Amino acid sequence: MGHPYQNVAIAAGFNTKQARVLEGHTSLSIAIEAALGVMESAGLTPADVDGVFGEFAMDLTYSLGMGPVYASSPGIGGIPAILDAANAIAAGHCKTVLLAGGGAGIYTDRSAVAPWTRVSHEFVLPFGMFTALEFAFIARRHMTMFGTTPEQMAQAAATIRNNGHVNPEAVFYGRGPFTAADILSSRMVADPFHLLDCSMTAEGGCALVLTTADRAADLKLPPVYIHGGGVDHNGPSYQFPPSFDLRGASPDSPPNGYVGRRAAMRSFAMAGVQPSDVDVCELYDPFSFEIIRQVEAFGFCEPGEGGEFVTNGPMGPGGALPLTTDGGLMSFSHGGGTVQLLQRVIRATHQIQGLCQTTQVPNVDLALCSNGGAGALFNDVMILGRTRP
Amino acid sequence: MTALEPQRSGEIRIPRASPISQPFWEGCDRGVLPYQRCDSCSKANFNPVYICRFCTSKSLSWHESAGLGTIYSWTIAWRPQFPSFATPYAPIIVDLDEGYQMISNLVGCDTEEVHVGMRISTCFHRVADRTLPYFTPLEISRGVMFGE
Ligand SMILES: [Zn+2]
Repeated sequence: MGHPYQNVAIAAGFNTKQARVLEGHTSLSIAIEAALGVMESAGLTPADVDGVFGEFAMDLTYSLGMGPVYASSPGIGGIPAILDAANAIAAGHCKTVLLAGGGAGIYTDRSAVAPWTRVSHEFVLPFGMFTALEFAFIARRHMTMFGTTPEQMAQAAATIRNNGHVNPEAVFYGRGPFTAADILSSRMVADPFHLLDCSMTAEGGCALVLTTADRAADLKLPPVYIHGGGVDHNGPSYQFPPSFDLRGASPDSPPNGYVGRRAAMRSFAMAGVQPSDVDVCELYDPFSFEIIRQVEAFGFCEPGEGGEFVTNGPMGPGGALPLTTDGGLMSFSHGGGTVQLLQRVIRATHQIQGLCQTTQVPNVDLALCSNGGAGALFNDVMILGRTRP
Repeated sequence: MTALEPQRSGEIRIPRASPISQPFWEGCDRGVLPYQRCDSCSKANFNPVYICRFCTSKSLSWHESAGLGTIYSWTIAWRPQFPSFATPYAPIIVDLDEGYQMISNLVGCDTEEVHVGMRISTCFHRVADRTLPYFTPLEISRGVMFGE
């Protein structure tokens, strides 16, 4: 049996303009802009699309005059939605899938934290919880177990923010450069996280098109292939204590502190590669510590070595393994909903296609991207490649 | 040094209890900390559940925790969830001695004193028409009652 995605390709990925505020836009209108943009990039029209996935599946189907199409639950976004789309193409349900996300007009009351960071739940909200605090709980355990330091976390943030600093498409373009000391001197938000250890909030849209490998070969951009993928979820985000030691019943399941390990192991096995084969990591960066945790969870280094890995190791300054090259959630954009989830995969796609205006890594054969983190009880992984698997 | 105190605003919007969680909040009103223990596998469950998450049994009984525990993890919020929250406050994950975890806030000490492994005990405080279970360091026996 061949690779499950040997006949599937990502044809294009597209970002709209990203900004702190996009005046006049709703989440749907900016998602429509993204859908139009990605089809233009690929050389497709709505008539070519027979599958719609992701956050706005139903709205896009109607708004763009498509249908009937194969569609999935609009409640599923990010990497799981992309893998579902690939599964549907591989199974022959559809040939060309549109998948878009958008966030605008959601975060208007700036005296509170962003709406998507605080769940109205009776055992969470009364104690003032929001996402930075949830992820701080995980970071604190790691600090206690391994001696991981705020300085190490700050270096991961500085590396990512410096990629956004030079990227004209990033919301925080030109805001740097940053050293770890700059991160540490920003005001404390959720100990051990300073303001610049945290992702920002912004507005924007993005979209992807997946199609068959045969059709992708005739489109405008080089096809990108899904070499591996995995999805690790431990329950709903922000309703239960985000414990490092939370476990499911399966004896081989890693603790929540290493959620994503199973997804990564499955991704590497599906791709037939190992961490040292990866050319660039587009890791999801809601908070600086999450990078340290993910490189451990994904097997780039051993547990407890993540802090060293992002400072003096391959992901440190001058290291061989580039990290979140557009500036990520900290500097490129963070629209809420599923936009920033899809954007990790879009950046990995652009790295392989050689389309990045800044921080383009030469000759990328394999790019790894991720979604989520232990504070949210989920972590998903995809490995994209230049050659057909 | 900044003292950690319970919230005092009446503007904090606390979500309504469900039929599953109602016994917990009624316990807090009486000054006790209820939790469920599974009659089949004897494991403690929290947040309140409909079935045991360890063995799926529906046979669960409410018990009263002694309210003693240890800080499993902590953070200090210097930016509030809503402006109605006074900062700083200290969210914690508590390891209760009965073998379950819950999220709460630590009060009755200074921000610099919070640490993993700190022994703590529960204390109750009225916030916005609800009795919230907070925790305070066990070694601090000042006899302070908050919000009276
Ligand atoms: Zn049980």
